[in-house]
Amino acid sequence: MKKDIIIAGVGGQGILSIATIIDYAAMKKGLYIKQAEVHGMSQRGGEVQSHLRIADTEIYSDLIQKGTADLIISVEPMEALRYIPFLSDTGIIISAMEPFINVPDYPVLDELHLAIKSRNNAKLIDSMAIAREVGNLKANNIIMLGAAAQYTGIELSVFEEGIKYLFGRKGNEIVEGNLKAFRMGVEAAE
Amino acid sequence: MERKLVLGAEAVALAAIDEGISGVYAYPGTPSTEITEYIQKSKEAKELNIRSAWSANEKTAYEAALGMSYAGKRSLVCMKHVGLNVAADAFINSAITGINGGLVLLVADDPSMHSSQNEQDTRFYAKFSYLPVLEPSNQQEAYDSVRYAFNLSENVQLPVIVRITTRLSHSRSVIAQRNSVLQNELQPETSDTKWVLIPAIARKQYSELLNKQQELVAESERSIFNKLRIANGKKGIIAFGIAYNYVMEVLTKNSIEASVLKISQYPLPEKLIKDFYANNDEIVIAEEGYPIYEELLKGYLGNAKIKGRLDGTLPRMGELSPDALSKALGVNAKEGEPIPEIIANRPPELCKGCGHRDVFAELNEVLKGYEHKHVFGDIGCYTLGVLLPYAKLNTCVDMGASVTMAKGAADAGLHPAVCIIGDSTFTHSGITGLLDAVNDKNKVTIIISDNSTTAMTGGQQSSGVGRIEDICKGVGVEPEHIRILVPHRNNFNENVQALKEEFEYNGVSVIISRRECIQTAIRNKKIAKKAGSN
Repeated sequence: MKKDIIIAGVGGQGILSIATIIDYAAMKKGLYIKQAEVHGMSQRGGEVQSHLRIADTEIYSDLIQKGTADLIISVEPMEALRYIPFLSDTGIIISAMEPFINVPDYPVLDELHLAIKSRNNAKLIDSMAIAREVGNLKANNIIMLGAAAQYTGIELSVFEEGIKYLFGRKGNEIVEGNLKAFRMGVEAAE
Repeated sequence: MERKLVLGAEAVALAAIDEGISGVYAYPGTPSTEITEYIQKSKEAKELNIRSAWSANEKTAYEAALGMSYAGKRSLVCMKHVGLNVAADAFINSAITGINGGLVLLVADDPSMHSSQNEQDTRFYAKFSYLPVLEPSNQQEAYDSVRYAFNLSENVQLPVIVRITTRLSHSRSVIAQRNSVLQNELQPETSDTKWVLIPAIARKQYSELLNKQQELVAESERSIFNKLRIANGKKGIIAFGIAYNYVMEVLTKNSIEASVLKISQYPLPEKLIKDFYANNDEIVIAEEGYPIYEELLKGYLGNAKIKGRLDGTLPRMGELSPDALSKALGVNAKEGEPIPEIIANRPPELCKGCGHRDVFAELNEVLKGYEHKHVFGDIGCYTLGVLLPYAKLNTCVDMGASVTMAKGAADAGLHPAVCIIGDSTFTHSGITGLLDAVNDKNKVTIIISDNSTTAMTGGQQSSGVGRIEDICKGVGVEPEHIRILVPHRNNFNENVQALKEEFEYNGVSVIISRRECIQTAIRNKKIAKKAGSN
């Protein structure tokens, strides 16, 4: 078993929380993990990404090679397409629909959506609509994790443990809210 | 053995705690910041009373670490690569004095300049200082190397460098932790000569340092971190530090037969290198950083057997990657689909609600009235003022350079000579420059854009909070030309007027433009709310 995953978004959108939960789940499964992340200047509203590699044999490189990623999980549609060079021929894209517009030359949103939808193995998730339904706009990243979960090779129940672990100290209400968000994300991708 | 999922930086911190440090000294700098932050937040470190507050700059950090070593205890000093330039005087001379308690210098280099002004390679400093270096390839080795480094330091009585890079520092993996050891007892240095570097003693000490080199080579020769992996054929790769991972990734994925000599401890293990050279017909040198050892092994007159960054086998600059190594090792790897044309760049930006934004808006307004519209800049979030929509920064060179470059330009006759510097950068390296300007009575305007934190690296404690105006007064700036403004759009006209007045003052003015960093403000509010609800 080996999954090379790129998690993409804009600084501040919570991609590291997605990574933390996948890390936790992979650790529970006894898998090897390497997860490179971006700290520093780019975290200020710039493009950020995490290369996350899990496998049942030793992993050497912290970085994913171009043309080999199994999955791109993106909380923002333009950021999903930025990492296309890493995707393998059979790789999957799971991207949020909602744009984060903080540059003047941001592309026309319909064109962006079309560029994703027209690909094989790509799914656009209206995660903000789900977040509104859940009543927690901050759960956007957890919804996207849910939407991508079935492609990671790890059981949903292990992710749920990870969510309890990550949000446990914030109280039961927050945990339940995020579990609900996760499950709705799972459903949205089915 | 406890297993933990940690960043490379955190593995370093854990190792230092477990190896009995009594203190860590550092100034924040990407990609080294998380080491000290981990120790600051560690319950265990608190119980062990490990000293961990931020230092004013890397030089003060290094000297304090050396002082702790003098007193017989173990100390860790951490910095980013360019920080070592600031600490270089203390660092180079500490190789001559030697140490007492174990002293480990952790430097985090930033090849590809993800968050830096250059990609200088700390291994050059190691050669320059004649000190040993550990260069771990992964998180477990980072932990093991740091633990080993303290013992090596005490055995050879020298500071030991551990070099990591951004990719290792900011990547997570699972490590196995080992039992910890106790801190050293207070046992101040008993030698009454080695620490006093007057020429007569320095010559003796330097000679001793040179004499130790053979011992250091012998240590590298038997180091568990330097590994030889022999394959069929005459193709070899010497992989340094993290480059080993990329090499192994490509070899295992593509079942390539090549011998690999992994180097993670310097000075180079002479025999291992010579044998490897003799046994292979073609050798690729994979170094994460400058082609230091490639150049050395190739020699000035060249050697076709040696391949690497200098002959284009690997890229001449920037971080290595499995892609770069694939190409270098002759693998016909996929290029990957190109990025679609509609994708726009998304550079970092100043946060919404950040006071620096208002300062740049005010500066743009005032400078409209001048022929010369120059602003000398410095290192921090406000460096982003160079980008649109402000595009109002002309320089960013090194910590504190804004003040002294404005001073030099004023000496040349430039008016207005304006600079912008953050509070943390000012206390790091701006104060002495301000003193120069005061002594020369320069017509300069120093804007200290004070957000009361070290913001760019994530909001660490800034050394001079609440004392910036006192520092300026103490340096000799006239109190009536120290103006405190609140950068906010409601004060726009008033602030523009104040800037105009000070631009025209024939002497040194300091504008302290003070508003709390929006990120730390949000964080502090959350902490206060939590405290209130408990």
